[in-house]
Amino acid sequence: MSTKTIATQRASMNMPTGRLAVWWVLMSEVVIFGGVLVSYLLHRLSHAEWAAQAAHTNTWAGAFNTLVLLTSSLCAVLAHAAASKGNGPKAARLLWLTILGGFIFLVVKTFEWSHEIHLGFTLQSGGFWSYYYTAAGLHAFHVIAGMCIMAWVAASAAKNQDLHRVENIGIYWHFVDLVWIFLFPLLYIAK
Amino acid sequence: MSAHTQAHGQGHDHDHGHERHYVKIWAILLVLLVISVIGPFIGERFHMPVITLITAFGIAAVKAWMVAKHFMHIDVELPIIRWIMVTGVALMVLLYGALAPDIQHERGQRWEKDAGWHNSIRHNPKAHGEHGGAADHGGASHGGETPSGAGH
Repeated sequence: MSTKTIATQRASMNMPTGRLAVWWVLMSEVVIFGGVLVSYLLHRLSHAEWAAQAAHTNTWAGAFNTLVLLTSSLCAVLAHAAASKGNGPKAARLLWLTILGGFIFLVVKTFEWSHEIHLGFTLQSGGFWSYYYTAAGLHAFHVIAGMCIMAWVAASAAKNQDLHRVENIGIYWHFVDLVWIFLFPLLYIAK
Repeated sequence: MSAHTQAHGQGHDHDHGHERHYVKIWAILLVLLVISVIGPFIGERFHMPVITLITAFGIAAVKAWMVAKHFMHIDVELPIIRWIMVTGVALMVLLYGALAPDIQHERGQRWEKDAGWHNSIRHNPKAHGEHGGAADHGGASHGGETPSGAGH
């Protein structure tokens, strides 16, 4: 039975430095998103009237975007599996599919926000909408950042270079998916 | 070689097994997604908020754990990684606990919320007399009881 290490030679604390760094980034992200979500929860639980504002969000659009992100996460983890086997080109193709998922997510978000702004629900329309645009906007920013980094990783993976980065960007992408898993019920379902 | 790498490099048979496993997890996540969308509709129709709570937020927690375990492989990471993430979540809980008494309560020892949801200094007749508040006596001489909070 063969084993294959795809990480770099550099290692801290008995694990590849790059992966350790990604986990540290994610810890800080937990604090960033945690601050927003806790603040939202505190106010939401004190403002029963926000339910009427939340009723205007499109549950089906949110559910579709959850489906898209879960599917893109599947592509990311399959890319990691391909990279583990040393199949860089396959990993790259799967990373591009993941990026496509991020793109579809953003397109849906764009239509959704355009519609809501057209109806008059803007960042200044009330407490709920402030949190809605801030939390979802911060998340969308992370999706865009992930897509850019993933494109860079995919380009090198296609040439079978730096395959350990496929796993690192995958961990980040799964975290972005994980944040959305909580944003979806908080912003779209609790009405 | 770490346990994490070993979990992903056990040969071709295992690799195909891993791919099937990931697809299976994805399918379960989709089923959970459907339940989390349908559940709240049922909860609303039958006026049972507990159904909404369980299907929306309970299932979200399960989905998050499945993604962390099966896609991020946090279960085979070093314990320090799990502790790092637990610390982040603990800070969230601490933040909630620290702020909840001020934000979610209607009044505290020396303050109460007015109609505009501002925290106002509560008038204390013993300290300021029957006809005077902090504003009447000059806020600066009364330390924290300045009129700044009362006029909103």
